[in-house]
Amino acid sequence: MKRSFLVLILLLVLGAAWAGSASAQQPTPSDDQVNAIARQLFCPVCQNTPLDVCPTEACHQWRELIRQMLAEGKSEAYIKQYFVDNYGARVLSEPPQVGFNWLIYIVPPVAFLAGVFLLYRAYRTWPRMQKESAPESGSAPAAKDEYVDRLEEELRKRR
Amino acid sequence: MLADFGFGVLVLTFLVALFGIAAGIYGYSKKEGRWVESARRAMLLTFPLVTLGVLSLVFLLVSGHYEIKYVYEVTSSTMPLYLKVTALWGGQAGSLLFWSWLMSAFASAVMLRQWDRDREFLPWVAVVTGATLAFFLSLSLFFENPFARWWQTASGEVGAMFQSAGATPLVPPDGAGLNPLLRHPGMIIHPPMLYLGFVSFVIPFSFAIAALVTGRTDDRWIRITRRWALWAWLFLSCGLVLGMWWAYDVLGWGGYWGWDPVEIAALMPWLVGLPFLHTVMIQEKRGMFKRLNMVLIILTYVMVIFGTFLTRSGVLSSVHAFAESAIGPMFFIFIGFTLIASISLLIHRWEGLKSEVPLESTSLLSREALFLLAAVLFGVIFIVCFSGVVFPLASEAVVNQQITVGPPWYKHIVGPFFAGLLLLMGVTPLSSWTYGTLKMIGRSAWKPAVPALVVPVVLLVTGMRDVVALVGFTLAPFAVCVTLYEFGRGAAARARSQGENLVVALWRLVGRNRRRYGGYIIHIAMVMMALAILGIELFQTTTQRSLATGESIQLNGYTIRYDSLAQFTYTDGRMVTRAVMSVFKDGKFLGELYPRYDLFPDGQPMTIPAIRSTLADDLYIVLVNWENISVLQTPFKVFHNPLVSWLWLGSLVFIFGTLVAAWPDKDPVAVPATMKAGYGTSPAN
Repeated sequence: MKRSFLVLILLLVLGAAWAGSASAQQPTPSDDQVNAIARQLFCPVCQNTPLDVCPTEACHQWRELIRQMLAEGKSEAYIKQYFVDNYGARVLSEPPQVGFNWLIYIVPPVAFLAGVFLLYRAYRTWPRMQKESAPESGSAPAAKDEYVDRLEEELRKRR
Repeated sequence: MLADFGFGVLVLTFLVALFGIAAGIYGYSKKEGRWVESARRAMLLTFPLVTLGVLSLVFLLVSGHYEIKYVYEVTSSTMPLYLKVTALWGGQAGSLLFWSWLMSAFASAVMLRQWDRDREFLPWVAVVTGATLAFFLSLSLFFENPFARWWQTASGEVGAMFQSAGATPLVPPDGAGLNPLLRHPGMIIHPPMLYLGFVSFVIPFSFAIAALVTGRTDDRWIRITRRWALWAWLFLSCGLVLGMWWAYDVLGWGGYWGWDPVEIAALMPWLVGLPFLHTVMIQEKRGMFKRLNMVLIILTYVMVIFGTFLTRSGVLSSVHAFAESAIGPMFFIFIGFTLIASISLLIHRWEGLKSEVPLESTSLLSREALFLLAAVLFGVIFIVCFSGVVFPLASEAVVNQQITVGPPWYKHIVGPFFAGLLLLMGVTPLSSWTYGTLKMIGRSAWKPAVPALVVPVVLLVTGMRDVVALVGFTLAPFAVCVTLYEFGRGAAARARSQGENLVVALWRLVGRNRRRYGGYIIHIAMVMMALAILGIELFQTTTQRSLATGESIQLNGYTIRYDSLAQFTYTDGRMVTRAVMSVFKDGKFLGELYPRYDLFPDGQPMTIPAIRSTLADDLYIVLVNWENISVLQTPFKVFHNPLVSWLWLGSLVFIFGTLVAAWPDKDPVAVPATMKAGYGTSPAN
């Protein structure tokens, strides 16, 4: 009886030790997990260098910081925000959509609309093609001849 | 002594260029042919003069005159001779002199042409090329003097041309040496190519300004300069591709394009030069788009100067660096002056630049209309690039907030526009000048569309579900098939009408219409490059792990085994750390790869990836020197980059296509008049 009690105690102690070591040793985040976040961030020191490939010692430490935060169970969004809070918005690969930064998100669609408008203006000034004048209503052989004619005409014009 | 000579020659050239400008303006306004001729000769003289300056600097570089500040900065006694020579453009002061040298070469070359038929352009071509040259020479003379010496003063070492009171000459025993990252063949040829592209665009711009000033705004200026523009674009493209190769081969981040502002600085003139090459054809043929062509060439020139400004003024690192740099404000003033002068001239001639009213009807699917659409798409991509580069500077200046505009922003926006351009490359050749209907294009399109559709169908069947990839791999084969179809039906038509066999017909068709068919070859090259971009953007995979010898990394069917690590010192003093990796695919041994990390004596590190290239994919292994390397745990980063080789192959095809399009013609006068009217016998364009 006394012996089986001792075995029980031993098992409990070992079990507790095993459980304790398991909870203390979360698997270390892999390089790939770290890089998945680091590649979305830019080195706060160097110019235009993503954090995952930056060779400076500072960036090495920042990657280790990401690894540590991942090990602590922090989310990707939390880690990115941590870097923004500490080093400013320049660590993000795209400007956050706030304040003055909106300008850069507006420019491309405005440029596109301006392009469409210019196209519209140009097209409007051109005389429209009349259906009957369209020289392309023939049969297949006629179409081939038309191609030869067109090519010849273009080559002649190339002077 | 030689430094004084070099500096003196540059001063003289600067004065000669100023004289050329003054003589050109005076000769034009007083209608004095002698003064115009004098301006021409002045510009002719600039090339031999700047050459003397450049030779002086090269001699100083090669012979190790480290008392010259520039020589000290970019060379050292251990550098091989060819690197000492190419160090001419390895630093700021040398680069600017090199720019001036190329500019003087082009300015002189254009002065040598036959001016009989267009003498009215001559003074203004001399003025514009002279002004550009004088501007760059002034930077060398007053701010970035490559001949400045080291002086020891009470406040420390300073670089200056002449001895000031209390200063004693300083002669360092050895130089600092060129940045090791720049000791790569790609980086050695990259700047000259880029600069050649930049300066050759100055020539079409100078003719455009001459056309605006003189009012001769017909297509003559375009006919004279179209080949200059093509060569400019070729050089610029080669410069860009060499830069990509260098980045891929040396920087060790697994890619070739990082949307870095320096890269975009070189891309912007390319983006506006390309639609210019297309829309000038319409002005030649139909007298349309005169204003657009003027705007495009002015913009190209401004972007050439702006690109040089971005990379040379230090403005990219910070707006404050710009304010501190001496040449930044100078560039700013020059760009401002150019814009004001060009736009004023443009407004002055705006009415005269009206498109000739098209006599023939022009439909919305005609080639003109589609060219215009392509120009708009390029324009939007250009504006995106411009704003992406300028916005961080504006943000810092206006709200004092540093931000990064990185690759994701560019990729999201420009992707659809590039897809649109790919579609236009497929559709436009099927349309024709003045008219085009859906029915007509459809009737021509189905034949090339059938083989092209094989690619996306096969991809779908094999399980591809990525919509972007499916769209890309539909549009790219379609553009290629249309282009090949154009070659085929052109040759067949010629074979029929001339009674030639198909091979001869194809040869003559291309030979006599080189601009068109050279252009089509460039289209094929572009599609090859697009395949590479699709491959790496959509399907690149990467993994990083620390390995002990004997351990392996698996990636996309490849097994990469770490065999050994060695360290040794190279003859030039650098410490090389080199790993041996065995590559297997499906259990089969493919070969060994040797990723490396070099540490130069001055502490500069250089990561040299090991790359195994095939047409299907690249395996790219980096020894991650920025993590801790030990024999027991060595960190490796492996990239699997599908289709990248097509980028380099495409660029070779591209060079070939541009050479076909731009190669000088035989003298057109020599072609008998009776031949000209015949099929395919007109001189090539």
